Amino acid sequence: MSDTETTAVDPDKPERSKAAKWTRRGFIGAGALAGGALLVGVAVRSGNPVGKLKPIVAGGDGEALINSWVKIDADNIVTAIVPHCEMGQGANSTLAQMLADEMDVSWDNVRVMDAPADGNYVSQHAVRTFVGPGTIPGKPNQVSFMEPTYDGLFTQIGKLADAYITGGSSSVRSTGQNGMRVAGAAAREMLIGAAAAEWGVPADEITTQDGVLSHAGSGQSAPYAQFAAAAAEQTLPRAPRIKQASEFKLMGTPALRKDIPCKVDGTGIFGIDGGPAEGPGKDALRYAAVKAAPVVGSTVEAIDASAAKAMPGVLQILNMGDFVAVVADSYWQAQQALRSVKTTYSKTEIDGLDTEQMFAQYAAALDEAGMDGGNSKADYGDAAGALSSAAKTVEAEYKVPFLAHATMEPMNCTAWVRDGKCDIWTGTQVPLMSRKGAAEGAGVGEDDVTMHTVMLGGGFGRRLTPEYANQAARIAKATGYPIKMIWSREEDTAQDFYRPADISRFSGGLDEQGRVVGWSNIHCSEDEPAEAPLVEFYDIANVSVRGAEVEAPLRLGAWRSVGHSQHGFFVESFVDELAHAAGKDPLEFRRTLLANSPRHLAVLEGAAKMADWGSDLPEGHGRGIAIARSFNSIVAEVAEVDMTGDMPRVTKMFCCVDAGYAMNPDGLSAQMESGIIYGLSAALYNEVTIKNGAVEQSNFHDYRMMRMVDAPQIAVQIINGAPDNLGGAGEPGLPPAAPAVANAIFAASGTRIRELPIAKHFA
Amino acid sequence: MATVKISVNGTPQEIDVDPAMPILWVVRERLGLSGTKFGCGIAQCGACTVHLDDEPVRSCSTPISAADGKAITTIEGIAAEDGTLSKVQQAWISEQVPQCGYCQSGQIMSATALLKETPQPNDEQINAYMAGNVCRCGMYGRIRKAIKVAAGIEPSTTQETPA
Repeated sequence: MSDTETTAVDPDKPERSKAAKWTRRGFIGAGALAGGALLVGVAVRSGNPVGKLKPIVAGGDGEALINSWVKIDADNIVTAIVPHCEMGQGANSTLAQMLADEMDVSWDNVRVMDAPADGNYVSQHAVRTFVGPGTIPGKPNQVSFMEPTYDGLFTQIGKLADAYITGGSSSVRSTGQNGMRVAGAAAREMLIGAAAAEWGVPADEITTQDGVLSHAGSGQSAPYAQFAAAAAEQTLPRAPRIKQASEFKLMGTPALRKDIPCKVDGTGIFGIDGGPAEGPGKDALRYAAVKAAPVVGSTVEAIDASAAKAMPGVLQILNMGDFVAVVADSYWQAQQALRSVKTTYSKTEIDGLDTEQMFAQYAAALDEAGMDGGNSKADYGDAAGALSSAAKTVEAEYKVPFLAHATMEPMNCTAWVRDGKCDIWTGTQVPLMSRKGAAEGAGVGEDDVTMHTVMLGGGFGRRLTPEYANQAARIAKATGYPIKMIWSREEDTAQDFYRPADISRFSGGLDEQGRVVGWSNIHCSEDEPAEAPLVEFYDIANVSVRGAEVEAPLRLGAWRSVGHSQHGFFVESFVDELAHAAGKDPLEFRRTLLANSPRHLAVLEGAAKMADWGSDLPEGHGRGIAIARSFNSIVAEVAEVDMTGDMPRVTKMFCCVDAGYAMNPDGLSAQMESGIIYGLSAALYNEVTIKNGAVEQSNFHDYRMMRMVDAPQIAVQIINGAPDNLGGAGEPGLPPAAPAVANAIFAASGTRIRELPIAKHFA
Repeated sequence: MATVKISVNGTPQEIDVDPAMPILWVVRERLGLSGTKFGCGIAQCGACTVHLDDEPVRSCSTPISAADGKAITTIEGIAAEDGTLSKVQQAWISEQVPQCGYCQSGQIMSATALLKETPQPNDEQINAYMAGNVCRCGMYGRIRKAIKVAAGIEPSTTQETPA
């Protein structure tokens, strides 16, 4: 075994050559398996991961592990081993596309395999990108009594400890750029080296195509698999050559996703479908329905299970302290019985809490801070001075509610605890954290937990917490059965980690010509990421952005696009108000503001052109525009709304996106479509409200989803504005959706929406 | 408990079961067909849609007794016997419809029933028929397009034969 520090592409620099330095320490290591086969590992963290991974990833006979992210079997099938979860974003397929392109193998011969939940697959870059310095996903305003509940697991992420994570729209731009492409290029170079030695020809005369090595001069050719073992003898490449964009064959193409076939014939295994496949484990499997104390910090004081005990199929009824579990022969029986368990909960200090009080507290905190109190998030020029001397000032306050994730697949986990070991099947964005949660629940070491890979029926940030894995492991341990625990939709809605509510206040100053001379903003929530409320891309000389500290005694978490979901609405609504106050067209107004941000401007113009901005619309219809940069991607959207009915109807959404470079344009487009609909569901309909300390909503009848009949037509246009500076895809489509619609409502009707959801104003 | 006689994806079955148990849990737990999904439990989201004698039903809220003497078809039963995917399934691939995919069994079952009833649906008919199926990934535009592709009204977007 040997470690070699390698150099590769700096994703933040335009240079794409061997000479460029990797921004982080990257390693290529290699070793030989018994029998002389090759083993090569590529890691973006220090240390050689290969030794520990060998027993986990090495496949059947004839398979040689080429590196941590790729193996080639005897049929010349290349398997990309990806360290992210598949939760619908298609990123795993795109990662394989990046690897396959660098490696010169055809898409038909590529397979995708999820990496095992092993510390060596940790993506520290993802953690950094997502978490940012000093903030922790899911922890804004977290109150102290919650700490013991989660036993510092969030803190673990915050310390940038091992946490293989899928979130922050980071898969392609971190793992793809720094891992997959380097791995593919390194593997290809080692195969070429082996062939050159065997054939006695110069390496630079060997060409590769579709997984075949060829030497034109001697007429020799062979599939990659033939040289997999010999490649082990090669010197490790110090700086694998990464392709220029002009050389891409697969990258930048709409290659069909590998995960889709199993999603159209019912064979895909989601968390809810996981469990012991056969044998005694399958026969012993039982089902658990659970209900946790509805108020944060409350515990189960007593249960009366007399009626439930007598119900058919019921095996055990457990008071687990923080929740009640009913174990039965079938899930339906468990659910039925759980409903008839009478539960007494302990009192808490927030039993009387309701949403109105919380918003009143937020408003009081902002009143106390004024426009220049709280913590500074950005401060340049002299905002206060500019506002006091402005020809015209505009003030506005906006408000957004708590939101649930409402993934289609409710939280669930199957756990089997036996002989000091624990097996877990669960959909999670953080397998290592879930493993730890399960280990604690099962009373075994983390190394004694086996995480089985399953697909996620939606993530959106909800599956960044390990509590449901912990619950299932505890039930399994307490009963001795392999347990499939499924939350009801009602439980899923009541026990979410909610998108924080927020209030944001603005004061903006215009000069005589209607140009923005000052911008002052203060809001409540902590910002994740910290850039969410910032407006540095707008040409405004005097800016102050501040945050007031508030406490929200709820479970709060990361929700698709995180802080951008709030600030996209706040900032772009206020820019629209400033435009109208200046008597200018909102597009023209933004053009001026974006004079020094060419990529933003191009995206803005793209969306406006798609929508034929300025053209006539029918009476009662309106158009609104908004732009936001999040997760390093810039997205502008134009919404068209029809105000002729009882409720605003979004008829069309035009979306222009610059994510640097679209590795899979259809995949990027799908993510934009998805982010828009997710954002519109929330903007139009959704709010989580609290009464007597508990969440009031329960299911899709009172937490309404956008349906096909309400869904606008969506057009997406892609600009590849920075091929070496990739942005995310899963989240950036969302932030502009709500303000574009609110601005369109104003254009159509003169009604300014300053509080979401929109439906509130049209009840 | 009662004995219920049903046919599931063409195979006759006799099952001893609580007649009130929803079809969803019989199919998933007793028959091991996990393609039909649990989403809401109250017929609000459509993830559990199956066919009962060709009619789409929300299996989470339909007791197994309602299926006595009838044929249940699940997502596992709509491809041809030789494994050839149905036109709707093929269109779901060509239009790259699924993201997370959790709702798609239900979407495909509803779309299949729609096309049986209305082979050439217009947008309004599609919207109305599919209103009971929620997709949190928001793939409504692609679903609508895929239904038209399956109906032969529109050409498919991707021409490659999926591997």
